[in-house]
Amino acid sequence: MATVLTPPRLTTPPGSNATGGGGNGFGGRGYGRDGGRENREWSVPARTYRTGMWMALVAIVMLFAAFTSAMVVRKGASSDWTAIALPRILYFNTLLLLASSLAFEFSRRALDAGRARDFKLWLNVTTILGIAFIGGQLIAWRELASHGVYLSTNPSSSFFYLLTAAHGLHLLGGVGALFYLVWKAPKLAVGLKKRVAVDVTAIYWHFMDGLWIYLLLLLTVRL
Amino acid sequence: MADAHAEAVHHHTAPTGFIRKYIFSLDHKVIGKQYYFLALASVLVGIVLSVFMRLHMVWPAAHIPLLDKLSPSGAPGGVMTPEYYLSLMTLHGTLMVFFVLTTAPQSGFGNYILPIQLGAEDMAFPTLNMLSFWTTFVGFVVLLSTFFIQDGPPLSGWTGYAPLSAIGSAAGPGEGLGQTLWIVSIAIFCVGSLLGALNFIATTLDLRAKGLTLTRLPLTIWAWLITAILALLSFAVLLAAGVLLLLDRVGGTSFFIPAGLVVSDRIIPHSGGSPLLWQHLFWFFGHPEVYIAILPGMGVTSHIISTFSRKPIFGYKAMIYAMSAIGFLGFMVWGHHMFLSGMSPYSGFAFSVMTMAIGVPSAIKTFNWLGTLWGGRLRMTTAMLFSIGFVSLFVSGGLSGLFLAQPPVDINLHATYFVVGHFHLVMGVAAIFGMFAGTFFWFPKMFGRMLNESLGKLHFWITFVGVYCIFMPMHFLGVAGNIRRYSQFTEVNFLNTPHIIDLHMFMTYAAFITAGAQIIFVANLFWSMFKGEKASENPWEATTLEWTIPSPPPFDNFAGKHPVVYHGAYEFGVPGAEKDYIMQDSPEKVAAE
Repeated sequence: MATVLTPPRLTTPPGSNATGGGGNGFGGRGYGRDGGRENREWSVPARTYRTGMWMALVAIVMLFAAFTSAMVVRKGASSDWTAIALPRILYFNTLLLLASSLAFEFSRRALDAGRARDFKLWLNVTTILGIAFIGGQLIAWRELASHGVYLSTNPSSSFFYLLTAAHGLHLLGGVGALFYLVWKAPKLAVGLKKRVAVDVTAIYWHFMDGLWIYLLLLLTVRL
Repeated sequence: MADAHAEAVHHHTAPTGFIRKYIFSLDHKVIGKQYYFLALASVLVGIVLSVFMRLHMVWPAAHIPLLDKLSPSGAPGGVMTPEYYLSLMTLHGTLMVFFVLTTAPQSGFGNYILPIQLGAEDMAFPTLNMLSFWTTFVGFVVLLSTFFIQDGPPLSGWTGYAPLSAIGSAAGPGEGLGQTLWIVSIAIFCVGSLLGALNFIATTLDLRAKGLTLTRLPLTIWAWLITAILALLSFAVLLAAGVLLLLDRVGGTSFFIPAGLVVSDRIIPHSGGSPLLWQHLFWFFGHPEVYIAILPGMGVTSHIISTFSRKPIFGYKAMIYAMSAIGFLGFMVWGHHMFLSGMSPYSGFAFSVMTMAIGVPSAIKTFNWLGTLWGGRLRMTTAMLFSIGFVSLFVSGGLSGLFLAQPPVDINLHATYFVVGHFHLVMGVAAIFGMFAGTFFWFPKMFGRMLNESLGKLHFWITFVGVYCIFMPMHFLGVAGNIRRYSQFTEVNFLNTPHIIDLHMFMTYAAFITAGAQIIFVANLFWSMFKGEKASENPWEATTLEWTIPSPPPFDNFAGKHPVVYHGAYEFGVPGAEKDYIMQDSPEKVAAE
């Protein structure tokens, strides 16, 4: 039985400053050690968290742009490049990641509609699919290693391990954020103002999804 | 945002524990001071290293006390080996560029002043802010730790050029563990800078006070914002390059190590990498980094020159466009560091034209500074002197950039003292003058007391004359073919002439005096911190929001109120106004509005 907890949409913008402590979904990081309500960190408009996230994504784009251009230059630098056969499981992993993004959207819709149980259920599904993706990537590594393909075997394998590891580490950060949301889920569903944590994590998670598709294309297409 | 001047519900009190208050503080003001003192510690170490280098260059056999204690193998008996000279040079460059020029102007003053000038209570993400500082601090500790390992610090310069930086201890002492630690330190620094940049941008975009539109922002804010954007775009690339370099060293990959490389009579077992790739990645970061160092100084200089000329800044919008243009062009010119590394003449031409194009916005800024000074009622405070000194150094150092920007000229001048003189004036000392100006201007706000002006002026004049005596002769040496990075010149026939050696001697004496004069500054700083004259709320009669609150500001800056801004940042000498300046938050209406 779904419990209806809150009215679905805010009528005032979530940026209102006079909301009391912790109005950002990241409450609890107080200035004072006691974490008393009057000692909570000052609250900033919800859009600030989105701005911050987009800025983080800009930096991540630059990181992977640098890796990409290094890959293009290295490929053309000498004739020792031998393309490796990508493990088939990568395509399965891709489906897992796409499914996790879908599950995240189901979860957010449930939150919009105030269906707390569905919200938590789909959040758990997202997290499990995310972890499964990382597990699948590790299996892909093991498969390559069993064929004697390691980091230093060939520049193409160097870039394969580098890019999958860099993406995997970033995704692990996303899984960490999902754990936080799962942990906070009972509280998050109570106040819609707190959902900025959910929205910001969703931006990151979908971005990681898109980034993976890009990396897969980069590794598949022989430039 | 909440209503004007409404009492905020979330007004909160300061933490009481020592650790939360001074060590792991979330308060942007404490973090700003932490960054400032980190940079101060770095600059003092950096100066000592440069004094050691200048000493060794003119007296190669001189015993430097304690140096043999620091490194028995690098300086046996206190006389440094050529390799150890390079180690000191590497640490000097790395400390100065990363932990001084990137740290104090942006993270130090920016952290302290930016939220207050915006009318905000703190940075957007205080916890992230604290993490940025402590990340940077760890990077600093890792870098300094290279002094205390067996082989000493790395010797491949602050640019860490591959392949020598990529192949390990075969490349010389310090290139083993020392070089690895250097990369780790820089990677950590990158992460700290990225977190900081993100915070600056989010704060500036989203937390401006009511009425503080983009065209009312102080130019300091514009400079910090543009710098943060540059940092966000460039440090991520350096981080990527660092990861690749580290993998070449510890993972057996060959990103930067070419095939058949022989070092110290040994074949390096890697294949096919491209040393040029490192240079491209490094300088894609490295050139914007130059502007990361200088733009905050431009902001501070604009702010101070306007305040102490009692005139609005000349060409406010032109200043914003010029800074943006400098930032944008900064990403287009990295190739001018690589004219001699091998590049198509067409690319060289493009990089050359782009580089000289930076002269246009730079000249706009310079003329605007002069235009602001022209006809002003000048108040020659120490902060003003350092700002004018900034303009002088920026012009002197910038002009030689036009020489170096041309490949045919650069072929002769590359890797000579001409380059050393150029960049020390234009981005090193000029940026340091920006910091001195900022220190004298904001010290009253930061510490609630005034710095001593007489000591300040004495320090200014010795430093100003001193840096010209150190760095101007370098241009002549460069034209004479004096190559940089040599630890001594007596073994090189064409350099071992009285003209060259005497000039080096002169520069070394000038360096000793200038370095000694910094004691005046440090003494003034610490004496004034405790014994200086108490500062009023607005000792400079300036207009921006930080001067509307007590010195030093309370924990939450505006005591729970939300300031409202009615005026631009530089309304000095407005006809019909009560005083010769109008505070940004003054509701006063004047005819000129």
